[in-house]
Formats: sequence, C-alpha cells, structure tokens
Amino acid sequence: MMSVLVITVTVTLLSVGLFFFFSATVGFLRFPDVYTRMHAVGKGDTLALLLCVTGLALYNLFDNFCWYGFVQSAKLMSIAVFWFLASPTATHALLRSAFESGVTPWTKDGTVIIDKTETEVRT
Amino acid sequence: MQNFFLGVALALCFFILLCLYRAVWGPTVFDRVIGAGFVGTKTAILLLLIGFLYRRIDMFVDLALVYSILNFISTLIVSRYFIKKGVHVHP
Repeated sequence: MMSVLVITVTVTLLSVGLFFFFSATVGFLRFPDVYTRMHAVGKGDTLALLLCVTGLALYNLFDNFCWYGFVQSAKLMSIAVFWFLASPTATHALLRSAFESGVTPWTKDGTVIIDKTETEVRT
Repeated sequence: MQNFFLGVALALCFFILLCLYRAVWGPTVFDRVIGAGFVGTKTAILLLLIGFLYRRIDMFVDLALVYSILNFISTLIVSRYFIKKGVHVHP
C-alpha cells in the first residue's frame, strides 16, 4: 500500500520540519535577549512539530491501512492540534511573567525603551 | 524508511544537545524555562520516531501525547510561579 508518492511527501515534510527545528535552535542560541529567543523558539517550534507530525501521520496511515491505523493517525494529528493551541499560550504566559519580573527588552545602543512606571499605570 | 527515521532521530538528539547549552548556562531563569520547553517538544517527536523504529506506534503515540501535555502544563505553572514570586534580574 506504500507508494512512491507517500514516501516522497513524508520525507519532504520531515526534512522541512527538521530544517525549522534547526533554525529555531540557531535563533535560540544566537539571539541577544529573552524576548527575541522566545520569538524564535515559539514560532519555529510550533511549525516544526506540525510538519513532522503531519508527515508521520501520513506515513502511518498508509503503512497499516486499516481502521486501527486511522485511529492512530487521528491521535497523531490531535498532538499537532493540541500543540498548535498550547505553544502560543505557554509562550505568552512566559513572556508576561518575564515582563512583570522586570526584564527589559534589548536595544542596540542600550537605551531603555519601556518606562516601568508608565506600564504599571497602564496594567 | 527505517534508516531515514533513524537519521532524523539522531539529528534531533544533536539539536537537543545544542539546546542544553542555553538551558544550563542561560543568563536568566526564563532562558532555562524556554530551553526546557524546547527540549520537551523535540523529545515528543523523538518518542514518535522511536515508536516507528520499534513498530509499536500504538503505544508510543499515547506517550508522546501525554509528554506534550505535561510540557505545556509545566511551562504554564513555572510562569505563574514567577509572576507571584518575582525574580532578581541581572541586566
């Protein structure tokens, strides 16, 4: 039941997901600030997991082509849907925690761009 | 196809080792929390690949689902904890 088309699509999806994992890792290691690192990880992580899990679900659906394999592929896609909802939520909660703890955003010349008293009035 | 899955799993292990640098020596607490979450995401994918290598995907898909849910809840709890407690930040 495995055709060349399914294998090609699976290999492509897994390779692109691995590339996004690599780019998120490089951004996580090289960016200068908590917020920029959170930006790199929160985006690249979500998209890479979605691509990898979609490729694996497609492979599993055509590997054992029966009702049980379909249920397993549905479970795999539920991981992707859950993480697509959960990862931005976790990133937003962590960013809010860092901002209220007093971590100032990085600027190139070192000037403070957010006044802490003004934000305390606003929130 | 098994060899390709093994190669992807080894590459993910290498990326996890790269992320552990920031997760251990990160300048602030939040870098460590992000690093832990990122390693947890890659570990979920790694569990799925191990399931395909052992041909026991019916067991490992549940493990990966529970692992991603635990990863999300732990990140959320740590962030709420530091909102209440506050951290000392060295700029």
